[in-house]
Amino acid sequence: MDLLIFKAPILIVQASMDGILLGILFALIAYGMALQWGVMNIINIAQGDLVILGGYIAYFMYLYGIHPAWGVIVSPIIMYFVGIGIYKLVINKVVDRDLFISILATFGISILFMQLMNFAFGADVVLANSGYGTTMLFNNSVVLPNSKIFAAIISIIFAIGLVIYMKKSKLGRAIRATAQNARAAKILGVDTEKVYAATFGINAALCGVAGALISITFTIHPYMGLPYTIRSFMIVIVAGLGNLPGVAISGMGLGVFEEFADYILGTEFRIGSVFLLLVLILVYRRFKLSRKREYLK
Amino acid sequence: MNKNNLILYAVILIFGLVAPFVFPAFKVQLSILCVLIILAITWNIQGGEMGYNSFGNILFYGLGMYLCASVQVGMFFPLAEWTESGGEKTFVHTPTQFFQGFGVGLAVAAIVPTIVAGLIGYSILGLRGHYFAICTLGLGVAAGEISGGIEIIGAGQGFTTPPFPNIGSLEARGEFFYFCSFVSLVLTFIAVKSIYSTRFKLVLNAIRDNEDKAEAMGIQTMKYKIIGWMISAFFCGLAGGIMGGLVGYIDSTDVAFDGREMGVFMVLMAILGGKGTLWGPVIGATIFHIFKEGFWTFFLGWQYVALGVLIVVIVIYFPEGIMGWLREKYPERFGEVVDEADRKAQVELK
Repeated sequence: MDLLIFKAPILIVQASMDGILLGILFALIAYGMALQWGVMNIINIAQGDLVILGGYIAYFMYLYGIHPAWGVIVSPIIMYFVGIGIYKLVINKVVDRDLFISILATFGISILFMQLMNFAFGADVVLANSGYGTTMLFNNSVVLPNSKIFAAIISIIFAIGLVIYMKKSKLGRAIRATAQNARAAKILGVDTEKVYAATFGINAALCGVAGALISITFTIHPYMGLPYTIRSFMIVIVAGLGNLPGVAISGMGLGVFEEFADYILGTEFRIGSVFLLLVLILVYRRFKLSRKREYLK
Repeated sequence: MNKNNLILYAVILIFGLVAPFVFPAFKVQLSILCVLIILAITWNIQGGEMGYNSFGNILFYGLGMYLCASVQVGMFFPLAEWTESGGEKTFVHTPTQFFQGFGVGLAVAAIVPTIVAGLIGYSILGLRGHYFAICTLGLGVAAGEISGGIEIIGAGQGFTTPPFPNIGSLEARGEFFYFCSFVSLVLTFIAVKSIYSTRFKLVLNAIRDNEDKAEAMGIQTMKYKIIGWMISAFFCGLAGGIMGGLVGYIDSTDVAFDGREMGVFMVLMAILGGKGTLWGPVIGATIFHIFKEGFWTFFLGWQYVALGVLIVVIVIYFPEGIMGWLREKYPERFGEVVDEADRKAQVELK
């Protein structure tokens, strides 16, 4: 094959490094997805749009002269309340209903958010410039922007912080209890309604962090939400619910896959290949399970 | 079929036949309405009757659209040069070529998606519930993204379908496409109605209610699921082909594989009317189209916001749809036997 990536093996290192750093960010979003899926049994199609909204918060801080890295603190706080608001308005009515209802309802929220962001922020592709410069590795042949490294480190810090919070705090215990058995938790005095609201808020806050980091490292655009939803869904189904190391590893794997697809197939097929990979993974798992006469649950 | 039903069908048929001459200004809208009803009916076959909620029927619709236009051009002229010239036409179809091409194109647009549905059906339909929904969503979006990168069908800049030939009357274009879509709608309705009166529909309902039990009863569920999906794909592709000619311009993500609009519309229309009924999708699509055009006219620019709110409201507060609501209100009309004493007891319980 006459492709640049096979002629210059150093590009493989470059793509892998980029992919891993990108994948850590995806894993953070997928962690939020796994949390709400496990606890509330809903699939949130608007996940990606929450990410983009979080990104716009950081971008606006950048526009008003504040360093966008502070968005990592501000964005989750705002997004937490946005999440609580969405929960109170819509999600609490779909929690114990059929999963398809939640998919469709959040699809509606996704379209709504997409369009509102398009009105409020315009349809331009924007980027919050952090001015962090780049790091050169291996005799200047691999270029890593410092902002990507920063994003990966912040994601890891938030993920570890959340894991500890879920293990140690009272709310974290309540969330885990509700995830195991909502009815039993209710009987034992857990206010599940509050737990659900908090879970959705935490999920939105995680999206806010990820969005702020994405606005620094990559670009954001009102219509870019759906691919993030699909990526996080994919990561969760590959890793399985409640498998946090799995989420991290499959997130990085997806990042690497995407970078390679970008190099080999071309940028115009990048999003398409992500969606196609989702279909392939689901079909693969379906065939694997059907040998045991089971199906994906 | 009793007398009332016959009169109803006759009235609708006559209305459909005279509508373009009575309301000439609404010809295009009526054609789009016919296409929307076809899409809602076909979605209902596996979404409502089979219980497989698909976001991916847009795949067949877009495939049909591209195939019909490509065949129509490719039969007489080199396709690559046509798409390269974009809006400026270097080749002109004669009327015979146009109609011949369109006819063959529609046939291909209906048959190829059916084959595609059959081929991918075995893999995809093994998934259930929300995995199926998300997988088909991915399929639809992937098709849009990939077709946007293929040069021969116009890639990102779109594909202009052949312009309607000049055959005297200015009204001819609208009338031609109206009758195309109306005839397809009638065919779809007759086909689906006759399918629904056979054992096939009962099997689909059994799959929806409990697939494992249906399998245990000796039904080859996979076979029926694939056939159901193929029927859907056939009419979806047909509708796509007509819509492509009607719109006159095909773009990969905004017209053909428009999962964000058409892909959600068909789900919404079927749910609004009532899933799993014959007339539900028809009523739902009609009401939805009127609402949508109202939104598009009065809230120009805010239409997607209104659409998002509409989806959330319908899904949360109206999941049974219009037919479901009517059924709850007048169960006797739906052939349910109502025991008065039982009903009273239920009222007292409430």
